[in-house]
Amino acid sequence: MKRFFPSGQTLLTAIPYGWLLLFFLVPFLFVLQISFSEVEIASPPYRPLVEFADNLINISLNIGNFTFIAEDSLYADAYLSSLKVAITTTVLCLLLGYPMAYAIARAEESRRNTLLMLVMLPFWTSFLVRVYAWMGLLNNEGLINQLLLNFGFIQEPLQLMHTAFSVQIVMVYTYLPFMILPLYANLVKLDGRLLEAASDLGCKPWEAFLKVTLPLSKNGIIAGSMLVFIPAVGEFVIPELVGTPEALMIGKVLWMEFFDNNNWPMAAAVTTIMLALLVLPIVFLHRREERMLAQAAARH
Amino acid sequence: MSQKISWFGKTSLGIGFFFLYAPIVILMIYSFNASKLVTVWGGFSTHWYGELFRDEAVMSALGLSLKVALLSSVMAVALGTIAGMVLARFGRFRGKSLFAGMITAPMVMPEVITGLSMLLLFVQMQQWFGFPEERGVLTIWVGHVTLCMAYVTVVIRSRLVEMDRSVEEAAMDLGARPMKVFFVITLPLIAPALASGFLLAFTLSLDDLVITAFLSGPGSTTLPQLIFSRVRLGLNPEINALATITVLVVGTLVIVANRVMARAEKKRRLLAA
Repeated sequence: MKRFFPSGQTLLTAIPYGWLLLFFLVPFLFVLQISFSEVEIASPPYRPLVEFADNLINISLNIGNFTFIAEDSLYADAYLSSLKVAITTTVLCLLLGYPMAYAIARAEESRRNTLLMLVMLPFWTSFLVRVYAWMGLLNNEGLINQLLLNFGFIQEPLQLMHTAFSVQIVMVYTYLPFMILPLYANLVKLDGRLLEAASDLGCKPWEAFLKVTLPLSKNGIIAGSMLVFIPAVGEFVIPELVGTPEALMIGKVLWMEFFDNNNWPMAAAVTTIMLALLVLPIVFLHRREERMLAQAAARH
Repeated sequence: MSQKISWFGKTSLGIGFFFLYAPIVILMIYSFNASKLVTVWGGFSTHWYGELFRDEAVMSALGLSLKVALLSSVMAVALGTIAGMVLARFGRFRGKSLFAGMITAPMVMPEVITGLSMLLLFVQMQQWFGFPEERGVLTIWVGHVTLCMAYVTVVIRSRLVEMDRSVEEAAMDLGARPMKVFFVITLPLIAPALASGFLLAFTLSLDDLVITAFLSGPGSTTLPQLIFSRVRLGLNPEINALATITVLVVGTLVIVANRVMARAEKKRRLLAA
């Protein structure tokens, strides 16, 4: 491939490479650095790690932020509840999204594009708008409560907003398209003859599904699950707008440490731990995506 | 493989699409509510649309958001196209897998992490070099470009990987220089991907709240930030009107773009056949 770009290839590569190194990778080093710093009333509000005075270089590493996180159960609870919400969201998105992706992949070719666009459309329209739409529905005077009251199912409005339920349903709602798209991309490539063969050999449809379709769509399931799970762990907007003040999620804790408490070192420490939790799933997702792209490239 | 959708498929699509669309439709209906109480119907009215257009805070935030979105998506498409070429055409090189990783990561990374870390970089840069002097449009722009270029790269790269390379190779065999091959052959062939990459970057930037919150300074309030600060206080009929307009504008754009691209794709296939 050398002859395609004999000169300037390195230079051209350096532009986006440099951008991402500087603005995406290097910042994590500063997060790590500041997580070992102490909060100070200054601008910016933290003490530098390296200080130079009287011919002495003072390097002070403060592990206080991390020991504080370890000791105060608020943080552990927030990490755990974020993981729990993220896992539940992933499972629910899979249960709802798999049949949809499957049905679209098996639809007539002329209709697939339209159906797929119907899945994509909510993703394109504003995320905030989608969360806000649920605020109106789940409200005590909202449509769901009004309907239930009018039909006499309940006498008093149910408390739907600011509960674990509201967080969960809005999370599933906003993340669902991320599950459907990779699943669809995988299922649409499934060779229908395999299912015919299974059926000829006496498999019932559900048996064929369990033995052929499901194992073959493993890559799509993994990709979709990662695309939902990883960002869901750090979700801030949804717990902030529809969540409970008690059950904190870690994204909101980070936000509060930074914006409300002005405690940048603590926010950085919370971020460092979250990054440590997420780096493995991200690498795992990336490896799989690259392998799939390499296979696609080999076919052309 | 094509066949009629089974009853199970139809049911799950029905439930799924109802779940996806009912909340948005209801929100749109209530935007025409005369009552100030969003959830209590007080008759049909376009009152809140009038209020919205007279709201100067909304209009100036919208102006800023559009400006940032345009600037970000242009840069994101430029960087994303180069990155897509690097990944799809340049073969192996040292550090390629790190590069590809830095393309995947921003798309899934929780935005609170990206936002905070980028802010700490800018603060550190300010201390060392005195630049950027303060947080504002420039820092927001860098944040949005970084996020959006990842998406653009993925779109362009997958188009390049799927593309038939015989035309490019023929041009090269006939002695066209690489730059000429790129601008005369490759670029027109990936034009639909460029367009959808641009649209994607534009809407992502227009919609971003969390990264913007970390990177914006006093006096640079984007539309999502304004919406967020109002919605935090509860339901607001003006926001319903604004949301309705957003959904209609973006929806129309996406549907039109989708139709145009589907037609272009069909034509391309017919020509290739």
